[in-house]
Amino acid sequence: MKEHSVSIWFLIGLQLALYGLLITGAGIYQYFNPPAQPTVLFELHSGIWWGALMLIAGLAYSIAFRPRKSAADSKSQ
Amino acid sequence: MIIASASPAPLVPLGPIDLLVIIIYFVFVLGIGFYLKRFAKSGDDFFMAGREMTAWIAGLAFVSANLGSLELMGWAAASYQYGILAAHWYWIGAIPAMLFLGIVMMPFYYICKTHSVPGYLQLRFGGGTRAISAISFGFMTVFMSGINMYSMALVMKVVLGWDIHFSIWVSSLTVAVYVVLGGLLSAIFNEVLQFVLIWLGALLIPILGLIEAGGWSKMVEKIHTNLGGLDYTHLWANLGSPADNPMGIHWTGIVFGLGAIISMGYWTTDFLVVQRVLTAKDLRAAKMAPIIGAAFKMLVPFIVILPGLLALALLPKGFLVGESEALATGGHSYNEVLPIMLARYCGPGLLGLGITALIAGFMSGMAGNVSAFATVWTYDIYRPMIKADGDDAHYVKVGRWSTILGVLVSIGTAYLVMQFKSIMDYVQALFSFFIAPLFGTVVLGMLWKRATNAGGFWGLLTGTVSSVAMWAWVKADPSALRYIALSSQAKDMAENMYRALWSGLLCIGVTIIVSLLTKPKTDQELAGLVRGTTAIPSDADMPLLRRPIFWAGVVCAGFIALNIIFW
Repeated sequence: MKEHSVSIWFLIGLQLALYGLLITGAGIYQYFNPPAQPTVLFELHSGIWWGALMLIAGLAYSIAFRPRKSAADSKSQ
Repeated sequence: MIIASASPAPLVPLGPIDLLVIIIYFVFVLGIGFYLKRFAKSGDDFFMAGREMTAWIAGLAFVSANLGSLELMGWAAASYQYGILAAHWYWIGAIPAMLFLGIVMMPFYYICKTHSVPGYLQLRFGGGTRAISAISFGFMTVFMSGINMYSMALVMKVVLGWDIHFSIWVSSLTVAVYVVLGGLLSAIFNEVLQFVLIWLGALLIPILGLIEAGGWSKMVEKIHTNLGGLDYTHLWANLGSPADNPMGIHWTGIVFGLGAIISMGYWTTDFLVVQRVLTAKDLRAAKMAPIIGAAFKMLVPFIVILPGLLALALLPKGFLVGESEALATGGHSYNEVLPIMLARYCGPGLLGLGITALIAGFMSGMAGNVSAFATVWTYDIYRPMIKADGDDAHYVKVGRWSTILGVLVSIGTAYLVMQFKSIMDYVQALFSFFIAPLFGTVVLGMLWKRATNAGGFWGLLTGTVSSVAMWAWVKADPSALRYIALSSQAKDMAENMYRALWSGLLCIGVTIIVSLLTKPKTDQELAGLVRGTTAIPSDADMPLLRRPIFWAGVVCAGFIALNIIFW
């Protein structure tokens, strides 16, 4: 990977975390305000757990692959 | 709102959260393009992503470039029509070829440091062979990209009610911006991102579908109850006679036509996919990338084929019909099976994620096409035929312009197809003409050092011309089908397979005969290009878990197990 470039996994982690947040939020909203025409298996509230899974995975990747100063950078400074 | 509804009600109603999810996706892909621009300065950066990709990134991009949305929706539709037989295109129609690429062919592509498949042909067989391959690949790639673009926009119109022009321009200009800015690096970054989104957006369908059906065996029972007659849930058991399976195909067609010729041709010589692997940081990564790609490719049927089977079990019989019948009756066509299943289970946010997965699939396919076109156009057409003495910066500039040119030609093709729909059939048929003979030329070039420049050139030319001639013969005289496909009852798919087989064999035959009649190249000229004259670093010193051959064995075992489980 290019030196100093942000890891692709960090970017993917960010996007997953953001999507996870939105989807979980929408799922929780629907839990308390069920729609007039629910989807099949609505009672499983897949939005909440799928969104939460994405949020956790996204945060884990964002943290594990966050941009860090390399040892070479520190030495040169 | 620009994405105004067309007159009929959209199949999938999107809410504000769904639109937000889609908008965030566009912001991310464009942001990645702008961020990576600073790293795409030299030709190697722009066209080869600096040759610094890890095996994982190159492998995921390799499989993602092929995982277009039409591929997703098309094969989900095929599984609704033909049952689990459609999975052959993901298993025997992909895995052996991908492993062959990684273990046997990749060392030659990688060690000679070529930038493209036509580039390898130039080193091995000279400029003439490269010219045939580059010109045919370059133009067919952008034409195919345009056809896919039109088909995708049509689907967006039916499924979401989006304006067809809006879909074409927004998606293609987004691809143009991020590929022009960041080159192949940007395309690869986005392909990996898109791969993850495709999985997350589509995986809920089989999970919830199996819960609704009551598990695999209950799903199979329901399909048998709904359809009776033909067997839709076995891979091989019903291939003994074409009359016993919904595809009307014999096992020899699947094994020899699909497994041995078509998939080998596509996965080992189509530069669109091979380019991703050429960006690997070292030989081990280059060998591992197709193996990692194969492992993921093997799992794709769970998000593509399984939804089609679930639809067979859970939707009312005859709910989905052929395209023409759907148009005539206002019903739903097979092609809509994936969005229909998505809307069945996914609420706000998840629906947006699923649609984002489809858009991402389309964009990754298109980015693959235009980035491969830019490389072949610049290095294999422009540089040798138009301006050979440019500096590196000049070729990067040409690469950026050719990306824009590729996108514009794709858009033009999409509009042409909109006016003259029969063009679609012709171009799709043409694309299939080049694959089989090219595989014959490349594999002989790599494995047989006696193959000469003249042999390679005439073999490729004869194979390609014969493929076109066979197709034209059947068009002009449909009764010729009994000679080409060995049966007057053969369907299009069978005809394609046999045409590929004959043209591949003809290419190999002509290459061998002409090579034996012409002066061989010296070992020195062939160094780094052919088996026997190339020093391939041994993996023997590596620990077992780092050896590509070990992982190829693991994937192969998985491939065999899946075929036995679903026999």
